[in-house]
Amino acid sequence: MSALLGHIARFRAGDAAPLLEYIPYTRFLGMSVGLENDAIVGQLPFAEHLVGNPLLPALHGGTVAALLESTAVFQLLWQHASVVLPKTINITVQYLRTGRTENTYAQATITKLGRRVVAVHARAWQQERERPIATAVVHFLLGRGSAGGQTERRGEGEPS
Amino acid sequence: MVDETERVARMRQISRAFMEHVPHHRALGIEWVHAEAAVSVMRLPYQDKLVGHPETGVLHGGAISALLDACSGAAVFMALPEITRIATLDLRIDYLRPATAKRAVLARAHCYRLSRSIGFTRCVAYHDDVDDPIAMAVGTFMRSPTVSDTAPSAAAEEGGSA
Repeated sequence: MSALLGHIARFRAGDAAPLLEYIPYTRFLGMSVGLENDAIVGQLPFAEHLVGNPLLPALHGGTVAALLESTAVFQLLWQHASVVLPKTINITVQYLRTGRTENTYAQATITKLGRRVVAVHARAWQQERERPIATAVVHFLLGRGSAGGQTERRGEGEPS
Repeated sequence: MVDETERVARMRQISRAFMEHVPHHRALGIEWVHAEAAVSVMRLPYQDKLVGHPETGVLHGGAISALLDACSGAAVFMALPEITRIATLDLRIDYLRPATAKRAVLARAHCYRLSRSIGFTRCVAYHDDVDDPIAMAVGTFMRSPTVSDTAPSAAAEEGGSA
């Protein structure tokens, strides 16, 4: 088993830290992951290097996009044990409000799990969950070894 | 009517000063390598800290997102008559193939339409051939009104919903 697959297995057992530590970019962002009612909450603590507009100031759109995309991946890995190494096909981010210089959170919902493609909707918020700062639609292509739902242990997703 | 060459030179100078002071651009090491009217070219050097897949060394999509967002925004600046606040409304990115490990990624953005309120952009990410893309992005940016926009002649030119 590769180191990455080992970290994914530990993540599925409830220990996200080794996986987040193993991926250089999530370490660079300072991202962490929590659980709430068996759903992943991506967390991006505020840091100066995430600022995209020093005059406002505001978070960089790219950091919010990265939080949304990563949260979608983590939710997918958490909810569907059969999914291995999903590849992002595309992401559409809608920016709704200025990302202030404070902690940001994100959650993702799998809207469609097919044999080869998964569609995920993600949203990010800051102090008020009901006032999202951005939402995203992400499509993933499932890698070899993914078996679209045959060994599910969570969720209601069925292969199409 | 401001001379176009003069406008481009002024916008290049002002927006470069802004872009270079963006903490996230500094953290990513993004360089602004070229700017002309409504066009921007940026470079993201390969760095181990930006890797998304440690076993292949491929850059994380988030780093590419930040590059395309920044480059598209800069193209809007290069289309504007004068400096004003802009905000990304949406950005769609298609990842066409993985970036090659250890190689810098370039992005070239064009603001192909600027209305009174909105800048519409296309942006392509590539290694050395713009016709062999790694990723493609389309975006829309909201612009705050500027003094010249409120002149009656400029307002009369604008139609449509944007």
